[in-house]
Amino acid sequence: MLKGKNALVTGSSRGIGRAIALELAKQGANVAVNYAGSEDKAQAVVEEIENMGVKSFKVKANVADESDVKKMVKEVIGQFGTMDILVNNAGVTKDNLLMRMKPEEFDQVININLKGVFLCTKAVTRQMMKQKAGKIINVSSIVGVSGNPGQANYVAAKAGVIGLTKSTAKELASRNIHVNAVAPGFISTDMTDELTKEQKESMLSMIPLAKLGSAEDVAKTVRFLASDDANYITGQTIHIDGGMVM
Amino acid sequence: MAEVFDRVKKIIVEQLDVEEEKVTMEASFKDDLEADSLDVVELVMELEDEFDMEIADEEAEKINTVGDAVNYIDSTQS
Repeated sequence: MLKGKNALVTGSSRGIGRAIALELAKQGANVAVNYAGSEDKAQAVVEEIENMGVKSFKVKANVADESDVKKMVKEVIGQFGTMDILVNNAGVTKDNLLMRMKPEEFDQVININLKGVFLCTKAVTRQMMKQKAGKIINVSSIVGVSGNPGQANYVAAKAGVIGLTKSTAKELASRNIHVNAVAPGFISTDMTDELTKEQKESMLSMIPLAKLGSAEDVAKTVRFLASDDANYITGQTIHIDGGMVM
Repeated sequence: MAEVFDRVKKIIVEQLDVEEEKVTMEASFKDDLEADSLDVVELVMELEDEFDMEIADEEAEKINTVGDAVNYIDSTQS
């Protein structure tokens, strides 16, 4: 399905990013694994991907840092030759009630979760414009659509990602670059493990399919959007949330 | 200058698919050569490759006519 395609997945040493990197590789894509801190975990993902018979390497970069991002993209294009798929997945949370949230906590989450998407997208666009082809998939969140108490910074960033997706989709459509977002709901990962029991219970009660999603559920949707099967789709945000927000 | 102009002209003709006669120093990309904003960005990318240079965003934004591009490139070539 993605044989011969070259992909970069940000924040793919663990969680949803890892599942996306593995899924793209499973479909035949070469995958660059970006990480910020977890080098050992990134290396493990690289080895897992290489065992599938495709190329992979890890690349350290803070997505909120422009020069890091430029270097990373240059390295990926240098190693793979093209840049066919970018998955902007890297993200962090710094949850707190608005009244208690420090401006630095707000900035940090916006910088990584939103500005990071902008920087990575900008960095790959040159190559994709030349190729006259490209798939960019941004990992937003269902709370970016619905809002969530205690996550003003995260929600603002994730809602921003949806807007950024639409603008980028419109700007780049004429160059055959497709830009879409996925909005995962309650997915079982390290990040959701940190939520309180009350938060979890209240979310489960709102899910029509009455269960958590898996990172693989998200990865399979991303794989679809990254493939030629999704060639008439751009600027969309696909909810992967068991029907939680319709 | 003339040599730079010829190389720039060649790229413009290819990139924007316009007739050679239309590419004069005074020609505005948007008004005379029917380029949209993204076309100009793309053109600047091609010029960067052709002349093996980097044109900063601030400089690129000032390029509105063929002459702007030729003069800027000429000023950087030693």
